[in-house]
Amino acid sequence: MRYKVLVHVKGDDVGVAVEEIAPGERVSFVSLDEVGFEGLIEALDPIPTGHKIALKEISSGANVIEYGRPIGIAISNVEAGGLVHVHNIRSLRWGG
Amino acid sequence: MTELFGYRRPDGRIGVRNHVIILPVDDISNSAAEVTSRVIQGTLSLPHPYGRLQFGEDLELTFKTLIGTASNPNVAAAVIIGIEPNWTNKIVDAVSKATKKPVEGLSIECSGDLKIIEKASRIAKMFLQDASETKREPISFGELTLSIKCGESDTTSGLASNPALGRLVDRLVDAGCTVIFGETSELTGAEDFIAERMATPELKERFMQVYSDYVAFIESQGVDILGSQPTQGNIAGGLSTIEEKGLGNVQKTGTRPIVGVLGPAEAPTGKGLFFMDSPSAAAEMVTLAAAAGSVLHFFTTGQGNVVGNPIVPVIKISAHPRTVIEMAEHIDVDLSGVLSRELSLDQAADAILDVMNRTINSRLTAAEALGHREFVLTKLYRSA
Repeated sequence: MRYKVLVHVKGDDVGVAVEEIAPGERVSFVSLDEVGFEGLIEALDPIPTGHKIALKEISSGANVIEYGRPIGIAISNVEAGGLVHVHNIRSLRWGG
Repeated sequence: MTELFGYRRPDGRIGVRNHVIILPVDDISNSAAEVTSRVIQGTLSLPHPYGRLQFGEDLELTFKTLIGTASNPNVAAAVIIGIEPNWTNKIVDAVSKATKKPVEGLSIECSGDLKIIEKASRIAKMFLQDASETKREPISFGELTLSIKCGESDTTSGLASNPALGRLVDRLVDAGCTVIFGETSELTGAEDFIAERMATPELKERFMQVYSDYVAFIESQGVDILGSQPTQGNIAGGLSTIEEKGLGNVQKTGTRPIVGVLGPAEAPTGKGLFFMDSPSAAAEMVTLAAAAGSVLHFFTTGQGNVVGNPIVPVIKISAHPRTVIEMAEHIDVDLSGVLSRELSLDQAADAILDVMNRTINSRLTAAEALGHREFVLTKLYRSA
Protein backbone atom coordinates (compact mmCIF):
# COMPACT_ATOMS: atom_id res chain seq x y z
CA MET A 1 0.00 0.00 0.00
CA ARG A 2 1.39 3.39 -0.95
CA TYR A 3 0.40 6.30 1.28
CA LYS A 4 0.74 9.79 -0.06
CA VAL A 5 -0.37 11.34 3.23
CA LEU A 6 1.06 10.65 6.70
CA VAL A 7 -0.78 11.63 9.86
CA HIS A 8 1.09 12.18 13.16
CA VAL A 9 -1.64 10.89 15.47
CA LYS A 10 -5.09 9.41 14.91
CA GLY A 11 -7.62 12.18 15.42
CA ASP A 12 -5.51 14.92 13.80
CA ASP A 13 -7.46 17.25 11.50
CA VAL A 14 -4.65 17.30 8.98
CA GLY A 15 -2.13 15.00 7.34
CA VAL A 16 1.16 15.81 5.60
CA ALA A 17 1.68 15.03 1.90
CA VAL A 18 4.87 13.03 1.34
CA GLU A 19 4.35 13.28 -2.43
CA GLU A 20 2.73 15.94 -4.58
CA ILE A 21 -1.04 15.47 -4.85
CA ALA A 22 -3.21 16.75 -7.72
CA PRO A 23 -6.76 18.09 -7.26
CA GLY A 24 -9.33 15.33 -7.67
CA GLU A 25 -6.80 12.65 -6.76
CA ARG A 26 -7.98 10.08 -4.17
CA VAL A 27 -5.08 9.25 -1.88
CA SER A 28 -4.55 6.95 1.10
CA PHE A 29 -3.42 8.21 4.48
CA VAL A 30 -2.15 6.41 7.58
CA SER A 31 -1.28 7.55 11.09
CA LEU A 32 2.30 7.01 12.31
CA ASP A 33 1.20 6.15 15.86
CA GLU A 34 0.58 2.59 17.10
CA VAL A 35 -3.01 2.76 15.83
CA GLY A 36 -1.98 2.95 12.17
CA PHE A 37 -5.33 4.58 11.40
CA GLU A 38 -5.98 4.45 7.65
CA GLY A 39 -8.35 6.13 5.25
CA LEU A 40 -8.91 7.68 1.84
CA ILE A 41 -9.26 11.35 1.05
CA GLU A 42 -10.00 13.16 -2.20
CA ALA A 43 -7.86 16.26 -2.67
CA LEU A 44 -9.69 19.47 -3.63
CA ASP A 45 -6.54 21.55 -4.11
CA PRO A 46 -3.03 20.81 -5.31
CA ILE A 47 -1.07 19.72 -2.20
CA PRO A 48 2.70 20.19 -2.52
CA THR A 49 5.05 17.77 -0.75
CA GLY A 50 5.42 18.67 2.92
CA HIS A 51 2.16 20.61 2.98
CA LYS A 52 -1.03 19.73 4.87
CA ILE A 53 -4.36 18.39 3.64
CA ALA A 54 -7.57 18.59 5.73
CA LEU A 55 -8.77 15.08 6.58
CA LYS A 56 -12.14 16.40 7.75
CA GLU A 57 -14.14 19.59 7.54
CA ILE A 58 -12.76 22.33 9.80
CA SER A 59 -15.12 25.22 10.60
CA SER A 60 -13.96 28.80 10.75
CA GLY A 61 -12.93 29.60 14.34
CA ALA A 62 -12.14 25.98 15.27
CA ASN A 63 -8.74 24.82 16.48
CA VAL A 64 -6.70 22.88 13.93
CA ILE A 65 -5.25 19.74 15.47
CA GLU A 66 -1.90 18.20 14.46
CA TYR A 67 0.43 16.12 16.71
CA GLY A 68 -2.74 15.75 18.79
CA ARG A 69 -2.49 19.44 19.77
CA PRO A 70 -3.76 22.75 18.40
CA ILE A 71 -1.36 24.25 15.86
CA GLY A 72 -3.62 27.24 15.15
CA ILE A 73 -7.14 28.38 14.43
CA ALA A 74 -9.08 28.21 11.14
CA ILE A 75 -9.86 31.67 9.76
CA SER A 76 -12.25 30.31 7.12
CA ASN A 77 -14.15 27.07 6.60
CA VAL A 78 -11.87 24.35 5.27
CA GLU A 79 -13.44 21.45 3.39
CA ALA A 80 -12.11 17.93 3.76
CA GLY A 81 -9.44 17.51 1.09
CA GLY A 82 -8.51 21.21 1.08
CA LEU A 83 -5.00 22.62 1.47
CA VAL A 84 -4.40 23.85 5.03
CA HIS A 85 -1.85 26.63 5.21
CA VAL A 86 -1.28 30.30 6.03
CA HIS A 87 -4.24 31.37 3.83
CA ASN A 88 -6.81 29.62 6.04
CA ILE A 89 -5.22 29.12 9.49
CA ARG A 90 -3.29 31.36 11.85
CA SER A 91 -1.32 31.02 15.07
CA LEU A 92 -3.26 30.99 18.35
CA ARG A 93 -0.40 32.85 19.99
CA TRP A 94 0.11 36.22 18.60
CA GLY A 95 -2.72 36.72 16.17
CA GLY A 96 0.01 36.18 13.56
CA MET B 1 21.23 -6.69 23.81
CA THR B 2 24.55 -5.45 22.42
CA GLU B 3 27.40 -5.46 24.90
CA LEU B 4 28.75 -1.93 25.32
CA PHE B 5 32.27 -0.83 26.20
CA GLY B 6 33.46 2.54 27.42
CA TYR B 7 36.16 4.28 29.42
CA ARG B 8 35.55 4.44 33.15
CA ARG B 9 37.19 7.65 34.38
CA PRO B 10 38.63 8.27 37.87
CA ASP B 11 35.47 10.25 38.82
CA GLY B 12 33.28 7.26 37.90
CA ARG B 13 31.81 8.83 34.78
CA ILE B 14 31.82 6.95 31.48
CA GLY B 15 33.40 8.14 28.25
CA VAL B 16 33.08 6.65 24.78
CA ARG B 17 36.20 8.29 23.36
CA ASN B 18 39.73 8.62 24.72
CA HIS B 19 41.04 12.00 23.60
CA VAL B 20 44.11 13.79 24.89
CA ILE B 21 43.33 17.46 24.33
CA ILE B 22 45.47 20.60 24.12
CA LEU B 23 43.10 23.33 25.27
CA PRO B 24 43.94 27.02 24.84
CA VAL B 25 42.54 29.30 27.54
CA ASP B 26 42.45 32.24 25.13
CA ASP B 27 42.69 33.24 21.46
CA ILE B 28 46.40 34.12 21.57
CA SER B 29 47.32 30.67 22.92
CA ASN B 30 45.71 28.89 19.96
CA SER B 31 48.94 28.85 18.01
CA ALA B 32 50.96 27.08 20.73
CA ALA B 33 48.12 24.58 21.26
CA GLU B 34 47.79 23.83 17.56
CA VAL B 35 51.54 23.38 17.07
CA THR B 36 51.70 21.05 20.09
CA SER B 37 48.96 18.88 18.60
CA ARG B 38 50.95 18.68 15.37
CA VAL B 39 54.14 17.69 17.22
CA ILE B 40 52.33 15.00 19.20
CA GLN B 41 50.14 13.37 16.59
CA GLY B 42 47.08 11.77 18.11
CA THR B 43 46.35 14.65 20.45
CA LEU B 44 43.66 17.17 19.61
CA SER B 45 43.87 20.96 19.94
CA LEU B 46 40.68 22.95 20.47
CA PRO B 47 41.29 26.47 19.17
CA HIS B 48 38.64 29.14 19.82
CA PRO B 49 38.44 32.94 19.46
CA TYR B 50 37.80 34.14 23.05
CA GLY B 51 39.17 34.20 26.59
CA ARG B 52 40.59 37.72 26.90
CA LEU B 53 39.03 40.74 28.60
CA GLN B 54 35.73 39.03 29.16
CA PHE B 55 33.91 39.82 32.39
CA GLY B 56 30.92 38.92 34.53
CA GLU B 57 28.51 36.23 33.40
CA ASP B 58 30.12 36.04 29.96
CA LEU B 59 33.52 35.25 31.48
CA GLU B 60 31.95 32.71 33.84
CA LEU B 61 30.37 30.91 30.88
CA THR B 62 33.71 30.76 29.06
CA PHE B 63 35.35 29.25 32.16
CA LYS B 64 32.47 26.83 32.65
CA THR B 65 32.69 25.74 29.01
CA LEU B 66 36.48 25.26 29.04
CA ILE B 67 36.46 23.47 32.42
CA GLY B 68 33.50 21.32 31.36
CA THR B 69 35.13 20.39 28.05
CA ALA B 70 38.37 19.25 29.71
CA SER B 71 36.32 17.44 32.39
CA ASN B 72 34.20 15.57 29.82
CA PRO B 73 34.63 11.78 30.23
CA ASN B 74 35.56 11.49 26.54
CA VAL B 75 38.77 13.31 27.48
CA ALA B 76 41.48 11.10 29.01
CA ALA B 77 43.86 13.92 29.83
CA ALA B 78 44.31 17.61 29.07
CA VAL B 79 47.10 20.13 28.60
CA ILE B 80 45.84 23.67 29.22
CA ILE B 81 47.79 26.55 27.65
CA GLY B 82 47.05 30.20 28.46
CA ILE B 83 48.85 33.49 28.14
CA GLU B 84 49.06 34.07 31.90
CA PRO B 85 49.05 31.74 34.90
CA ASN B 86 45.96 32.85 36.86
CA TRP B 87 43.20 31.94 34.47
CA THR B 88 45.18 28.91 33.25
CA ASN B 89 45.53 27.53 36.76
CA LYS B 90 41.90 28.24 37.53
CA ILE B 91 40.94 25.80 34.77
CA VAL B 92 43.61 23.23 35.68
CA ASP B 93 42.58 23.22 39.34
CA ALA B 94 38.88 22.93 38.60
CA VAL B 95 39.33 20.04 36.16
CA SER B 96 41.76 18.22 38.41
CA LYS B 97 39.54 18.63 41.49
CA ALA B 98 36.36 17.54 39.72
CA THR B 99 37.71 14.60 37.73
CA LYS B 100 41.12 13.52 39.15
CA LYS B 101 42.24 13.02 35.55
CA PRO B 102 45.77 13.97 34.42
CA VAL B 103 45.80 17.70 33.62
CA GLU B 104 48.70 20.16 33.38
CA GLY B 105 48.73 23.89 32.73
CA LEU B 106 51.33 26.09 31.03
CA SER B 107 51.44 29.86 30.60
CA ILE B 108 53.21 31.62 27.78
CA GLU B 109 54.09 34.92 29.53
CA CYS B 110 57.80 35.11 30.47
CA SER B 111 58.57 32.02 28.33
CA GLY B 112 57.36 32.51 24.76
CA ASP B 113 55.65 30.06 22.43
CA LEU B 114 58.67 27.87 21.60
CA LYS B 115 59.61 26.89 25.14
CA ILE B 116 55.96 26.32 26.01
CA ILE B 117 55.41 24.19 22.90
CA GLU B 118 58.36 22.02 23.93
CA LYS B 119 57.10 21.63 27.51
CA ALA B 120 53.52 21.04 26.36
CA SER B 121 54.70 18.45 23.83
CA ARG B 122 56.63 16.47 26.45
CA ILE B 123 53.59 16.41 28.74
CA ALA B 124 51.21 15.61 25.88
CA LYS B 125 53.43 12.72 24.76
CA MET B 126 53.33 11.21 28.24
CA PHE B 127 49.55 11.71 28.52
CA LEU B 128 49.00 10.17 25.08
CA GLN B 129 51.08 7.08 25.86
CA ASP B 130 49.30 6.59 29.17
CA ALA B 131 45.90 7.09 27.57
CA SER B 132 46.72 4.55 24.87
CA GLU B 133 46.84 1.88 27.57
CA THR B 134 43.40 2.69 28.96
CA LYS B 135 41.13 -0.25 28.23
CA ARG B 136 37.48 -0.11 27.29
CA GLU B 137 35.43 -1.81 29.98
CA PRO B 138 31.91 -3.22 29.88
CA ILE B 139 29.41 -0.51 30.71
CA SER B 140 25.68 -0.35 30.96
CA PHE B 141 23.44 1.86 28.94
CA GLY B 142 22.11 3.74 31.94
CA GLU B 143 25.52 5.12 32.90
CA LEU B 144 25.70 7.45 29.92
CA THR B 145 24.98 11.16 29.54
CA LEU B 146 23.76 12.04 26.05
CA SER B 147 22.37 15.06 24.26
CA ILE B 148 20.03 15.85 21.36
CA LYS B 149 19.39 18.68 18.93
CA CYS B 150 17.97 19.23 15.46
CA GLY B 151 19.04 21.55 12.68
CA GLU B 152 18.06 22.49 9.12
CA SER B 153 14.70 21.01 10.05
CA ASP B 154 11.75 20.57 7.73
CA THR B 155 8.53 18.56 7.62
CA THR B 156 10.52 15.30 7.37
CA SER B 157 12.02 16.12 10.79
CA GLY B 158 8.55 16.47 12.35
CA LEU B 159 7.22 13.35 10.62
CA ALA B 160 10.11 10.96 11.04
CA SER B 161 13.53 11.83 12.51
CA ASN B 162 12.30 13.75 15.54
CA PRO B 163 9.53 11.34 16.65
CA ALA B 164 11.87 8.37 16.04
CA LEU B 165 14.55 10.02 18.20
CA GLY B 166 11.86 10.85 20.77
CA ARG B 167 11.03 7.15 21.06
CA LEU B 168 14.70 6.35 21.61
CA VAL B 169 15.00 9.16 24.18
CA ASP B 170 12.11 7.60 26.15
CA ARG B 171 13.94 4.26 26.13
CA LEU B 172 17.23 5.88 27.19
CA VAL B 173 15.57 7.77 30.03
CA ASP B 174 13.76 4.58 31.16
CA ALA B 175 17.12 2.76 31.16
CA GLY B 176 18.58 5.40 33.52
CA CYS B 177 20.50 7.61 31.11
CA THR B 178 20.86 11.35 31.50
CA VAL B 179 19.63 13.13 28.36
CA ILE B 180 20.09 16.86 27.68
CA PHE B 181 18.02 18.90 25.25
CA GLY B 182 18.02 22.68 24.79
CA GLU B 183 17.50 25.20 21.98
CA THR B 184 15.52 27.75 23.99
CA SER B 185 14.54 29.76 20.90
CA GLU B 186 13.39 26.75 18.90
CA LEU B 187 10.90 25.71 21.59
CA THR B 188 8.80 28.75 20.70
CA GLY B 189 5.29 27.62 19.89
CA ALA B 190 5.64 24.45 21.96
CA GLU B 191 7.09 25.93 25.17
CA ASP B 192 3.79 25.15 26.92
CA PHE B 193 4.19 21.49 25.94
CA ILE B 194 7.66 21.49 27.55
CA ALA B 195 6.41 23.45 30.59
CA GLU B 196 3.63 20.87 31.16
CA ARG B 197 6.23 18.10 31.37
CA MET B 198 8.32 19.72 34.10
CA ALA B 199 8.48 17.31 37.04
CA THR B 200 7.63 19.92 39.72
CA PRO B 201 5.85 23.31 39.84
CA GLU B 202 9.18 24.94 40.81
CA LEU B 203 10.86 23.57 37.70
CA LYS B 204 7.96 24.71 35.58
CA GLU B 205 8.28 28.20 36.99
CA ARG B 206 12.04 28.24 36.45
CA PHE B 207 11.62 27.03 32.88
CA MET B 208 9.02 29.69 32.06
CA GLN B 209 11.34 32.32 33.57
CA VAL B 210 14.25 31.17 31.39
CA TYR B 211 11.99 31.13 28.36
CA SER B 212 10.46 34.57 28.95
CA ASP B 213 13.92 36.04 29.68
CA TYR B 214 14.93 34.77 26.27
CA VAL B 215 11.90 36.30 24.55
CA ALA B 216 12.50 39.59 26.38
CA PHE B 217 16.13 39.58 25.25
CA ILE B 218 15.15 39.05 21.61
CA GLU B 219 12.56 41.81 21.84
CA SER B 220 15.10 44.15 23.48
CA GLN B 221 17.17 43.79 20.30
CA GLY B 222 14.26 45.25 18.33
CA VAL B 223 13.55 41.98 16.55
CA ASP B 224 9.98 40.86 15.91
CA ILE B 225 10.25 37.17 16.72
CA LEU B 226 6.52 36.76 16.23
CA GLY B 227 6.58 38.18 12.72
CA SER B 228 9.65 36.22 11.69
CA GLN B 229 8.41 32.76 12.71
CA PRO B 230 7.82 30.49 10.94
CA THR B 231 10.38 31.74 8.41
CA GLN B 232 9.60 32.23 4.72
CA GLY B 233 11.57 29.04 4.06
CA ASN B 234 9.49 27.14 6.63
CA ILE B 235 6.26 28.41 5.04
CA ALA B 236 7.46 27.46 1.56
CA GLY B 237 8.12 23.97 2.98
CA GLY B 238 4.59 23.68 4.35
CA LEU B 239 4.82 24.86 7.98
CA SER B 240 1.95 27.25 8.73
CA THR B 241 2.33 28.41 12.35
CA ILE B 242 4.92 28.72 15.09
CA GLU B 243 3.02 26.08 17.10
CA GLU B 244 3.39 23.59 14.27
CA LYS B 245 7.10 24.30 13.94
CA GLY B 246 7.69 24.05 17.69
CA LEU B 247 5.72 20.81 18.00
CA GLY B 248 7.79 19.25 15.21
CA ASN B 249 10.97 20.23 17.03
CA VAL B 250 9.99 18.92 20.48
CA GLN B 251 8.96 15.49 19.17
CA LYS B 252 12.59 14.50 19.68
CA THR B 253 12.36 15.08 23.43
CA GLY B 254 10.01 12.09 23.79
CA THR B 255 7.35 12.03 26.45
CA ARG B 256 9.06 11.59 29.82
CA PRO B 257 8.99 14.16 32.64
CA ILE B 258 11.73 16.81 32.60
CA VAL B 259 13.64 16.62 35.86
CA GLY B 260 15.91 19.66 35.64
CA VAL B 261 16.43 23.11 34.14
CA LEU B 262 20.13 23.81 33.56
CA GLY B 263 22.05 26.96 32.72
CA PRO B 264 24.33 26.83 29.66
CA ALA B 265 27.19 24.31 30.14
CA GLU B 266 25.83 23.35 33.58
CA ALA B 267 26.27 19.65 34.36
CA PRO B 268 23.11 17.69 35.23
CA THR B 269 23.11 16.33 38.76
CA GLY B 270 21.06 13.19 38.27
CA LYS B 271 19.45 10.85 35.81
CA GLY B 272 16.59 11.59 33.45
CA LEU B 273 15.67 14.25 30.92
CA PHE B 274 17.12 17.76 31.40
CA PHE B 275 16.46 21.06 29.66
CA MET B 276 19.53 23.26 29.18
CA ASP B 277 19.09 26.95 28.35
CA SER B 278 21.11 27.22 25.16
CA PRO B 279 21.29 28.83 21.73
CA SER B 280 19.90 26.89 18.79
CA ALA B 281 23.03 27.38 16.67
CA ALA B 282 24.26 23.83 16.10
CA ALA B 283 27.94 24.01 17.03
CA GLU B 284 27.33 26.24 20.06
CA MET B 285 24.65 23.98 21.48
CA VAL B 286 26.72 20.79 20.98
CA THR B 287 29.76 22.51 22.55
CA LEU B 288 27.67 23.50 25.61
CA ALA B 289 26.17 20.00 25.91
CA ALA B 290 29.68 18.51 25.75
CA ALA B 291 30.80 20.93 28.47
CA ALA B 292 27.83 19.75 30.55
CA GLY B 293 29.13 16.18 30.26
CA SER B 294 27.37 14.71 27.22
CA VAL B 295 29.50 11.95 25.66
CA LEU B 296 27.35 11.30 22.60
CA HIS B 297 25.10 13.62 20.63
CA PHE B 298 22.12 12.85 18.37
CA PHE B 299 21.46 15.40 15.64
CA THR B 300 18.38 15.18 13.42
CA THR B 301 18.32 17.12 10.18
CA GLY B 302 15.97 17.64 7.25
CA GLN B 303 17.83 19.72 4.69
CA GLY B 304 21.23 18.50 5.90
CA ASN B 305 23.36 20.05 8.66
CA VAL B 306 27.01 18.89 8.73
CA VAL B 307 28.03 19.77 12.33
CA GLY B 308 30.52 17.80 14.43
CA ASN B 309 32.41 18.30 17.70
CA PRO B 310 36.05 17.65 18.60
CA ILE B 311 35.41 15.44 21.64
CA VAL B 312 31.82 14.19 21.26
CA PRO B 313 30.67 11.92 18.43
CA VAL B 314 27.66 13.52 16.70
CA ILE B 315 25.27 11.00 15.11
CA LYS B 316 23.42 12.56 12.20
CA ILE B 317 19.91 11.36 11.44
CA SER B 318 17.83 12.33 8.41
CA ALA B 319 14.60 11.16 6.80
CA HIS B 320 14.76 13.50 3.83
CA PRO B 321 14.92 11.31 0.70
CA ARG B 322 17.10 13.84 -1.13
CA THR B 323 19.44 14.64 1.79
CA VAL B 324 20.25 10.97 2.49
CA ILE B 325 21.39 10.61 -1.14
CA GLU B 326 22.91 13.98 -2.00
CA MET B 327 24.61 14.40 1.40
CA ALA B 328 25.06 10.69 2.14
CA GLU B 329 28.59 11.17 3.50
CA HIS B 330 27.19 13.23 6.41
CA ILE B 331 24.30 10.99 7.43
CA ASP B 332 24.79 8.15 9.94
CA VAL B 333 21.17 7.01 10.10
CA ASP B 334 18.90 7.05 7.04
CA LEU B 335 15.26 7.15 8.11
CA SER B 336 13.76 7.98 4.71
CA GLY B 337 12.02 4.60 4.94
CA VAL B 338 9.59 6.11 7.46
CA LEU B 339 8.13 8.35 4.75
CA SER B 340 7.69 5.42 2.36
CA ARG B 341 6.30 3.33 5.25
CA GLU B 342 9.06 0.72 4.96
CA LEU B 343 10.04 1.60 8.55
CA SER B 344 7.77 2.14 11.54
CA LEU B 345 8.80 4.79 14.06
CA ASP B 346 9.81 2.03 16.49
CA GLN B 347 11.97 0.40 13.84
CA ALA B 348 13.42 3.82 13.11
CA ALA B 349 14.27 4.18 16.83
CA ASP B 350 15.92 0.71 16.63
CA ALA B 351 18.00 1.92 13.66
CA ILE B 352 19.27 4.92 15.66
CA LEU B 353 19.95 2.65 18.65
CA ASP B 354 22.00 0.28 16.48
CA VAL B 355 24.21 3.13 15.23
CA MET B 356 24.44 4.48 18.79
CA ASN B 357 25.71 1.11 20.07
CA ARG B 358 28.26 0.81 17.29
CA THR B 359 29.40 4.41 17.88
CA ILE B 360 29.83 3.76 21.60
CA ASN B 361 31.84 0.65 20.69
CA SER B 362 34.24 2.85 18.69
CA ARG B 363 32.78 3.13 15.18
CA LEU B 364 33.57 6.66 13.95
CA THR B 365 30.62 8.87 13.05
CA ALA B 366 30.43 10.57 9.64
CA ALA B 367 31.36 13.88 11.30
CA GLU B 368 34.39 12.31 13.02
CA ALA B 369 35.58 10.68 9.79
CA LEU B 370 35.12 13.93 7.86
CA GLY B 371 37.04 15.90 10.50
CA HIS B 372 34.13 18.07 11.68
CA ARG B 373 35.46 19.46 14.97
CA GLU B 374 33.44 22.58 15.58
CA PHE B 375 34.29 23.96 19.02
CA VAL B 376 32.29 27.14 19.44
CA LEU B 377 32.05 29.08 22.68
CA THR B 378 28.84 30.98 23.37
CA LYS B 379 29.48 34.69 23.89
CA LEU B 380 26.84 36.46 25.97
CA TYR B 381 27.97 40.04 25.27
CA ARG B 382 30.98 41.98 24.02
CA SER B 383 34.30 41.98 25.85
CA ALA B 384 35.79 44.94 27.69
